[in-house]
Amino acid sequence: MIVNLDRFIGDERPQWERLDALLKSLAVDPWRQQSLEEVRELERLYQRAVADLARLATFAAEPEVRRYLENLVARGHSEIHGMHAEAGRRFRPWLWLTRTLPQTWRRRAGAFWLATLLMVAGGIFGGLAVAFDPEAKAALMPFQNLKDSPGERVAREERERGKELQDHKATFSGSLMTHNTRVTLTAVALGMTAGLGTLILMFYNGVVLGAVAIDYVLAGQTTFLLGWLLPHGVVELPAMLVGGQAGFVLAGAILGRGNRERLAARLRAAGPDVVTLSFGAALMLVWAGMVEAFFSQYHEPVLPYAVKIAFGMVELAALAWYLARAGRTPRAGAVK
Amino acid sequence: MNAERVNVVHVRTPEGVAFTYRLASPVLRLAALAIDWATVSAAWSLIATGLVLVNAVSRDLAGMFTAIGYFVLSIGYSIATEWLWHGHTVGKRLVQLRVVDERGLRLTFAQVALRNLLRAVDVLPMAYLVGGVTALLSRKGQRLGDLAAGTLVIWEMPELIPALEAEGGGKYNSLRAHGVVVARLRQAVNPGEARAAWQAVARRAEFEAESRVRLFAELAAHFRRLTPMPPEIWEGVSDEQFVRNVVDVLYG
Repeated sequence: MIVNLDRFIGDERPQWERLDALLKSLAVDPWRQQSLEEVRELERLYQRAVADLARLATFAAEPEVRRYLENLVARGHSEIHGMHAEAGRRFRPWLWLTRTLPQTWRRRAGAFWLATLLMVAGGIFGGLAVAFDPEAKAALMPFQNLKDSPGERVAREERERGKELQDHKATFSGSLMTHNTRVTLTAVALGMTAGLGTLILMFYNGVVLGAVAIDYVLAGQTTFLLGWLLPHGVVELPAMLVGGQAGFVLAGAILGRGNRERLAARLRAAGPDVVTLSFGAALMLVWAGMVEAFFSQYHEPVLPYAVKIAFGMVELAALAWYLARAGRTPRAGAVK
Repeated sequence: MNAERVNVVHVRTPEGVAFTYRLASPVLRLAALAIDWATVSAAWSLIATGLVLVNAVSRDLAGMFTAIGYFVLSIGYSIATEWLWHGHTVGKRLVQLRVVDERGLRLTFAQVALRNLLRAVDVLPMAYLVGGVTALLSRKGQRLGDLAAGTLVIWEMPELIPALEAEGGGKYNSLRAHGVVVARLRQAVNPGEARAAWQAVARRAEFEAESRVRLFAELAAHFRRLTPMPPEIWEGVSDEQFVRNVVDVLYG
């Protein structure tokens, strides 16, 4: 049976056009907060469009009108039923930094400690390899300047007093930020390999770190090593671990051990935390990149190692406090 | 993953009606990606021109902006555009594609960010091989980023309200005087045929003159064959007007 399509469209067109206009205005600003009247009108027009679509589906197979209505209902459905998610909640950077990020880190701390464990295991492996096999150094060190003798490098850098980076510290800083962020985001994305890629990346970074550390310790350059690595490393390494944490959160959702929800539901639940941790890691790497280029590369006699080590320790304490304590809500009953 | 690939995804609303998403083909997605890549390159060329001025002040600073700028632009472009334009990028808008939530709900920022951050693994080892193979194997054509974020890339034609009232033309309809013929015609014409005739009338201005004459001649001959009708109904009436009269009695 064919309904009187002409009259049907004529009667309903003003309602559809109004709904279309409302949906377009919502699409302009994803964070827009609607008034109660607007919400009511949107709901009424949406329900009417739904009823029109149901009526058309029952009485006639007119694809053009149906497609138009389906499109309208699809857009309305996403607004009406997706409203609870983020609508009207404008992004607040300060709130995100002081609450969302540390709270997310604590909620997913298990994944962070797993990443840490892997990096430490890699570090032990790399350290032992360099300690017991001198040829391992050439294979494990990723950069040429790390393959040199630690003693020679320390003497050279103390002699040059940071002139090597003269006039390109900012460029160096930018390169560090982008390189490290790229590696960290890769660790996050490799969570999609059920965590295998993230696991390898965390272990490999540990191997390199352990090899470098033991190489300098065995050469008697422990103070230089601490003064060189601590100022930026105490933020850079945790940032990479946070990236690994995000990757393992993703992997946890894929593997779903002890969780009987469907894969899509598990990924949906993990997604916001993965994104928060990824952006958190990137932010930490911006700080680490600046410190490494503008502070870590200066050594004695320009900067006493004690100052650099103390700076690193203060940073570490601040980061530990931030991740462990920031954004905590007072326990019920704690406030009189 | 499932080898049984689908072209459309049906979403049933709590109100009991269903709507359909037409999934974007890999070719269209590739075209959108190419346009987006060109857009980012063009935007970067503009920024790089500006960086020449910064370079005049400080070469070091220009070097830093170059290192960070392209990285932020290449990652931030898709996140920002898909979030602010409801699933569109420049490329997707031009090719009429859109990123949507697979349940038909509003896209969240986390979904947009996640699907774009996971490009890092979709592009591996080169030229989106992992993402492309995953999309081909996945039932709903999702790359890894889409699977993680619960998103789909759909093909979305702009849907306009069909305007029928303008097609009647207000002219005399020779069929109206023959109620029995009209009744038999309504019984014999199936919805597909009715729709074809309506489409022909609605889109007549789009056809070339010769094709238009041929099309309406074929349609008119078809409708005349469906049911016996006295010659005065169609004699002296052009084929196009006859088809228009048929549409008028079928839908009116």
